[in-house]
Amino acid sequence: MIPWLQRHLGLLDYTVAALARRKGRNAGLLAAYTLIVALLASLLLQGEALRATAEDLLAGAPEVVVQRLTAGRHDLMPAERLDALAGLRGVSRVEGRLWGYHFDAAIGANYTLLVPATDAPAPGTARVGAALARARGLAAGDVLSLRTYAGTPLAFRIAGILDEGGELVSADLMLVSEADFRALFNFPAGHYTDLALAVTNPAEVRRVAQKVLERLPDSRVILREEMRRTYASVFDWRQGLLLAVSVVALMAFALLAWDKAAGLSAEERREIGILKAVGWDSGDVMAMKLWEGLLVSLLAFLLGYVLAWVHVFHFDAAVFRPVLQGWSVLYPQFRLAPRVDVMQVATLFCLTVLPYVAATLVPVWRAATSDPDEVLRA
Amino acid sequence: MIELVSVSKTFNPGRHNEYAAVREVSLGFEPGRLTALRGPSGSGKTTLLSLIGLLARPTAGRVRLDGRDVSGLPERFMTELRRAHIGFVFQSFNLIRGLSVLDNVLVPALPTGRPHAQARQRALELLDFLGLGARADHPVQSLSGGEAQRTAIARALINDPQVVIADEPTANLDSELSRQVLGILATLRDQGRTVILSSHDPLVFELGIADRVLAMHDGRLTDA
Repeated sequence: MIPWLQRHLGLLDYTVAALARRKGRNAGLLAAYTLIVALLASLLLQGEALRATAEDLLAGAPEVVVQRLTAGRHDLMPAERLDALAGLRGVSRVEGRLWGYHFDAAIGANYTLLVPATDAPAPGTARVGAALARARGLAAGDVLSLRTYAGTPLAFRIAGILDEGGELVSADLMLVSEADFRALFNFPAGHYTDLALAVTNPAEVRRVAQKVLERLPDSRVILREEMRRTYASVFDWRQGLLLAVSVVALMAFALLAWDKAAGLSAEERREIGILKAVGWDSGDVMAMKLWEGLLVSLLAFLLGYVLAWVHVFHFDAAVFRPVLQGWSVLYPQFRLAPRVDVMQVATLFCLTVLPYVAATLVPVWRAATSDPDEVLRA
Repeated sequence: MIELVSVSKTFNPGRHNEYAAVREVSLGFEPGRLTALRGPSGSGKTTLLSLIGLLARPTAGRVRLDGRDVSGLPERFMTELRRAHIGFVFQSFNLIRGLSVLDNVLVPALPTGRPHAQARQRALELLDFLGLGARADHPVQSLSGGEAQRTAIARALINDPQVVIADEPTANLDSELSRQVLGILATLRDQGRTVILSSHDPLVFELGIADRVLAMHDGRLTDA
């Protein structure tokens, strides 16, 4: 084996033996460090997975949504406007959508009612989201009665529970027929909630939006891209909030590491003196301390990241779930899709490993460059 | 062969607390000879040993190793020479607490790039030679004074140096253990090594193991 490698193996060997001398102290340090990494990694992993899940779900959303405004507020869309947009160049399909919210006083939750464009339930039946079903204790075949805007009850037989895979958006969803929707909300015939447009060329979405606004000046146009950005900002804002709190924890740890390293104990100074007196040079001492810092920080990084992974993807990020996902009566249950962003891992590495190594190494440099004869004069 | 030519060492030069620990010392040390330095505390023995052992640089004068001037070498090269040619035995043993006897002995070999198995074998041989074979895996804080000093000697010999320097090697030992340690140093001399020790222990001089006795006072060599 080459001497260079032998030298580092020798120094590593010494480092491991030296770390093992102070088991309690080093185990405590490792545990605190691991928790900090796990905290930060959980936030990053969960944020990334939420964004990814939201993106996957938005992939099925219409490219352009057109809403009518009255005095700056969302108003019902007259059906004749479908024709006004159908002939628009670049628009491949226009659909009127029917959706709205219903507050269920029984459980104090809002349902999102929607008439699906295809495969709509038969009148008198509904398919409901898993969280809604849980909250009302519903199973297929049960009956759910809602109070219409006319004040009369309207019964729905549950035809099925929606797939949990997309529960992030379908948790509170209730799919009903057009007739039931209009009956429930006293929704006037010949009107829709809004219009969904499919665009032939995705690159022309903004151009199409502009044409829609020219043709229907009292409208608001919402692009899928804008929705994606909104989701991203919501998650980024929440993640940022938690990160800000975590950074305080990280800084506290950095101070602890700095304090530990800067205040080299008399025992550690004596040890460095002995090493220098018996034939180690400053470079050997620094290399040994570098190994020490790397061993502790890499182990903490690895353990922390694995802990975060288990926390986020096996225990559904139990610690941060309420903050990152938001609050709701109908709480969605879903598994986040594991996704690793290399840049994110690199950032976390730079935030946690490098400061610790630097904090331990810099002050040691002073002790390592002391004269080797000091140990004789001590 | 180590040679000192008009070597002086001054601490805190130019300051109000300037102190000349060694003044104008010229000396040579030949292989296979044991030299003992005697003198009261503060006479400059330890500083002279640190200059001979390349632990410190002289303020003036030259230190030569096998005819080569080494006093002006950068730290890295000086350390390499010290590691290869010189072994130290300290007054207070200076073992690293928490490590085993074997690990302590191996410490000077670690940065040399020597294969671990080879260094370990050499360490075990040295411990056997010094009667510590059975204590190899014991932590050093459990050793008696004599065992600790023999461990320090084994550590000094791990890189097979030609020169062994011992600073007050019997200072913390009783008479019996002092005889044992001095006997070991005499054996090293008999193996052809240069042995230099400092002491004000009368036993060192009564036993007559030294080939040469040098006396120091106020940083200067005086008649022994």
